[in-house]
Amino acid sequence: MAPHEIRRPFKRRPISDQQKRRELSLLRQSQHRSDAQQRARNLASSVISLQSSSPDVDPEILFEAVPELDEGTESESSSFDVRQASRLRGPEARKWFARQLMLPEWMIDVPDNLSRDWYVLARPAGKRCFVVSSDGTTVSRVRNGSILHHFPSALPGGARKKGASGPANSYSILDCIFHESDQTYYVIDMVCWRGYSLYECTAEFRFFWLQSKLAETGACDPPSFYHKFRFSAVPFFNCDQSGLHSAYTGSLPYVKDGLLFYNKHAHYHTGNTPLVLIWKDESCSQYVIDTDNNGEVPDQQHIVLELQEEGKLVTSDDPPVPFSCLNADFVKQSGLLSGSLIRFAIGDGGLNCVDGRFEKADLQYIGVSNRARAFADSYSKIMFQYMARHSPLKVEDLASTISHENQQDKTPEVEMSD
Amino acid sequence: MAMEVTQLLINAQSIDGTVRKHAEESLKQFQEQNLAGFLLSLAGELANDEKPVDSRKLAGLVLKNALDAKEQHRKYELVQRWLALDMSTKSQIRAFLLKTLSSPVPDVRSTASQVIAKVAGIELPQKQWPELVVSLLSNIHQLPAHVKQATLETLGYLCEEVSPDVVEQEHVNKILTAVVQGMNAAEGNNDVRLAATRALYMALGFAQANFNNDMERDYIMRVVCEATLSPEVKIRQAAFECLVSIASTYYEKLAHYIQDIFNITAKAVREDDESVALQAIEFWSSICDEEIDILEEYGGEFAGDSDVPCFYFTKQALPGLVPLLLETLLKQEEDQDLDEGAWNIAMAGGTCLGLVAKAVGDDIVPHVMPFIEEKISKPDWREREAATYAFGSILEGPSADRLMAIVNAALTFMLNALTNDPSNHVKDTTAWTLGRIFEFLHGSTIETPIITQANCQQIITVLIQTMKDAPNVAEKACGALYFLAQGYEDIGPNSPLTPYFQEIIQSLLSVAHRDDATESRLRTAAYEALNEVVRCSTDETSTMVLQLVPVIMLELHNTLEGEKLSMDEREKQNELQGLLCGCLQVIIQKLGSEPTKYMFMQSADQMMGLFLRVFGCRSATAHEEAMLAIGALAYAAGPDFAKYMPEFYKYLEMGLQNFEEYQVCAVTVGVVGDVCRALEDKVFPYCDGIMTQLLKDLSSNQLHRSVKPPIFSCFGDIALAIGEDFEKYLRYSMPMLQSAAELSAHSSGADDEMMEYTNSLRNGILEAYSGIFQGFKNSPKTQLLIPFAPHILQFLDSIYMEKDMDEVVMKTAIGVLGDLADTLGSHVGGLIQQSVSSKEFLNECLSSDDHTIKEAAEWAKHAITRAISV
Repeated sequence: MAPHEIRRPFKRRPISDQQKRRELSLLRQSQHRSDAQQRARNLASSVISLQSSSPDVDPEILFEAVPELDEGTESESSSFDVRQASRLRGPEARKWFARQLMLPEWMIDVPDNLSRDWYVLARPAGKRCFVVSSDGTTVSRVRNGSILHHFPSALPGGARKKGASGPANSYSILDCIFHESDQTYYVIDMVCWRGYSLYECTAEFRFFWLQSKLAETGACDPPSFYHKFRFSAVPFFNCDQSGLHSAYTGSLPYVKDGLLFYNKHAHYHTGNTPLVLIWKDESCSQYVIDTDNNGEVPDQQHIVLELQEEGKLVTSDDPPVPFSCLNADFVKQSGLLSGSLIRFAIGDGGLNCVDGRFEKADLQYIGVSNRARAFADSYSKIMFQYMARHSPLKVEDLASTISHENQQDKTPEVEMSD
Repeated sequence: MAMEVTQLLINAQSIDGTVRKHAEESLKQFQEQNLAGFLLSLAGELANDEKPVDSRKLAGLVLKNALDAKEQHRKYELVQRWLALDMSTKSQIRAFLLKTLSSPVPDVRSTASQVIAKVAGIELPQKQWPELVVSLLSNIHQLPAHVKQATLETLGYLCEEVSPDVVEQEHVNKILTAVVQGMNAAEGNNDVRLAATRALYMALGFAQANFNNDMERDYIMRVVCEATLSPEVKIRQAAFECLVSIASTYYEKLAHYIQDIFNITAKAVREDDESVALQAIEFWSSICDEEIDILEEYGGEFAGDSDVPCFYFTKQALPGLVPLLLETLLKQEEDQDLDEGAWNIAMAGGTCLGLVAKAVGDDIVPHVMPFIEEKISKPDWREREAATYAFGSILEGPSADRLMAIVNAALTFMLNALTNDPSNHVKDTTAWTLGRIFEFLHGSTIETPIITQANCQQIITVLIQTMKDAPNVAEKACGALYFLAQGYEDIGPNSPLTPYFQEIIQSLLSVAHRDDATESRLRTAAYEALNEVVRCSTDETSTMVLQLVPVIMLELHNTLEGEKLSMDEREKQNELQGLLCGCLQVIIQKLGSEPTKYMFMQSADQMMGLFLRVFGCRSATAHEEAMLAIGALAYAAGPDFAKYMPEFYKYLEMGLQNFEEYQVCAVTVGVVGDVCRALEDKVFPYCDGIMTQLLKDLSSNQLHRSVKPPIFSCFGDIALAIGEDFEKYLRYSMPMLQSAAELSAHSSGADDEMMEYTNSLRNGILEAYSGIFQGFKNSPKTQLLIPFAPHILQFLDSIYMEKDMDEVVMKTAIGVLGDLADTLGSHVGGLIQQSVSSKEFLNECLSSDDHTIKEAAEWAKHAITRAISV
């Protein structure tokens, strides 16, 4: 039996950097796992948080008359969240729906691989809205969450009528633009279909599903007693030369308001996302430069920013981009509260950018913004508007980017035939 | 009939390779064809005094290797084979072994001792060979002495090999009596006394009952203490080893003896041979370890009901112990800092002093300061180094308030010594001490900062200068920089290091490139410091970190270009690859999110290419590091990571198959999770392969158990990513989860370590269920999960009733309850209402102080309300 060696670490750290890296990795992984689970639980929880934060909402109203399901295999709890949300009333409902739309950023520079990774479509002019069909009725809500129409439709579960629209409890959510002149809902995206969530699907899949499923229901048929408004899928194109050309100049049944670009791989992401972009110029939109309440284009660019603690003025992005700062005395004098949305004009000093990032702005205070507004402007909107007034991104720029990409790419994608 | 094996065994030790190989093959063949005959021949050879010593020794060794193996799987197989032998063979072998203990040849006896212990290790738990202990004990009363010596040695090995609960208390008492009598001063034969003392060291774990008995304990302690005074140095050393073991095993029984032990240890430290003195110091280090643990556990408050009270032996011994340890510091060896394997009395003394400081805190300061003040400027380097080492040693333990003034006064002196002291040894210790200052007294929790605007520049300049010193000194300077950076970990947007960032990075890179960087771990220390500097950097310096990306990638590229390297060079190369992959991992985590993500991702393709090439080099460390880096990259890349999968997949699979280097396997399992979250449904095409491998891993008894809980969690990650497509794996994964759940539901009587494992297993299982439920939500296939609900609810109920889950499990468990209700809804409403979990457990979680548990419980409550209201 040999003596037992004792040797303790001498002038050494107790754990190696490698062990530390290992532990940090585990920590990161478990954090991400729990985030992913949280997201999966999310949609229902957003209803819950509304419910628990507003004691004046009667739970009886929230949970009323959810029909017992005797047949079929679909779990009713899966469809619960949105259908419950559709029963929310007044401000609760607005608050919930205002957060559910995927909002494009404005295109302030051309993304890479436009022709390979992006779709382009001509945005119909009109009100962006979320259309939910469930329990025999259809409700459309505009961007701030307030109701536009409440009507029967041929969408799944969209009318109180037996027929091909599936089981009574099936529901659908569509991302649409309501086009006034022909009273049509132009569908730009599909979020849920017959109780199936498409939130976690790529745009490529959602668009495919939208094109193939919408017509099946008869939703694209002319209006009838059980189908008050016509729906129509917006045509989309691969963003190559011909696709861009079709979207930009092609003749369509609706008035265009700019072009929308969707990254094919992007999921339906609520709130602002750089994976959907909007771009406009004079020839494809009547509304390139923002108008004021009277429909006039003001001399100076107007922007709306949110006031935060200590006078900070920020955009609606997540995280918010700080734009400027208000003097504390001024805030006090004007009785402005943190959280208020404030309108400014951009003065002659303009916006200064360094290396493509915003540096400082010459802002002139106008006043508190219109109360109907739910959000401040996003950074990309402000920049796009500014560029539109000074040095706009032209359709030629988009086209030349694409042709440049094609030259580099020796094996071009199969062209879409349309 | 036993075959003639002598010649084979001799040939197997031949210097002629061909002869040796042939003999080895013959032995192997013999073992495979006739195990009983083979083992019997070996035992017969070992027992036969007519045979050559060399063949007998090897016979014993081969016999031992036929009974035991390091690798668990193999070991189990060998045990089963032995147990399957017929009784008459086993009896004959046992008899040969016992007979060998009487052999006049010491080596042969010793080999037999070890083989007997191995057989006992297999047979005693099976209640076989019941007469073994009795027959060994009968040897004790025999002459001649060498039989007694061999028997005591056997008893020692036996105690090491078998667990105390398979030996009857009566036999334990007899073994201990025999051993302690053998240690007694009355025993005239030193070999017997040494064997007995070493046997006691092994047998201490058996002495629980005897240490509870005052008289028996007094007797054992007296004999051990007397043995520390034996004229024979080996006996003294072995006796101190016993004391060290007693210090940790029977700490709470020592109050009576501590004064005597102090006197004995002090005398040994001052006067005895270094081998003995080292053990004497180790006794106090062990006492400190115990007290630090106790005080940490009870926060310094002796609550009365805690298992082991703190007796403050260290604190009481301070006036004598500290001077004793300080004396040892002056006995440095000339080149101890250059020798990785060095361990001497000065090093042991300093280490012990550090532990004393941790155990007693502020009280140590006045005992050490006079020594430091007296010696820090002496002309003899030994005195300066000892003073500095003493100072560095006491920086962890005492409060910042107590140390702050002293450290502030010493800082300038230290920086000066680092620049000007002529002694390499003093500089090494000074740089180390600076590192300790930054480690313990610099950071956001310290009220008055040590590093200020006034001295920051000087500190960094001196450290950078020192990095050009000898490798051992430069390594310590890198270590100091590591802690300097770490102190600014949560500094906010503006770091005081920003103005020096570029210079620091440059200097660390130059250090890593020094020709002598492989000495004294210098290169490793340089990259570790670089990692910490990057990890703790702020957005202000992100462009500089970005610039580091191509630099590190180029270095990694260069390591992959090496041609025809020697074994040694290849090993160094692999180590460097590991370091560089580690560095890239840290950088990915730093830059892989906004606002640097876009710029950073431009390098992703190239980086991924390099990592894949690293896998080709087949080095476990580099493999693990590259895998960790890829996990971080997958997270940063998100769905774009899909393009790397076709090439990466085979390495992922290879990692999952690596049972031997289980760390690689564990890390790979984690990366599968990262990949699932990044790719989501796009991971589906790879899932067949991944699931197959994970299921194999779970069924393997070769794989280290610590990897199994993460594999279950990984099921959840996969299910969450691919949703209802997980259907095809349900029939394999659900039964595995179910049987693991049954195993982990009850943990009765387990020790802390087992408890911790059980909880991590439960957590893995629950995370799997969560992922599966959430993955199937909104799918028409949810009804496939309904049959599993009763069992899952039962599992939740039983772990709740067991009352031994930790907070992590609690949060996951209540989440699973919610997920089950959320996904299955009214189908399980009735079942849920019947479960204890939905009432008591839920209520307990709702009123938890831990907000994450409360949040999960609120979610579960709402999901249940919905499920039962429909």
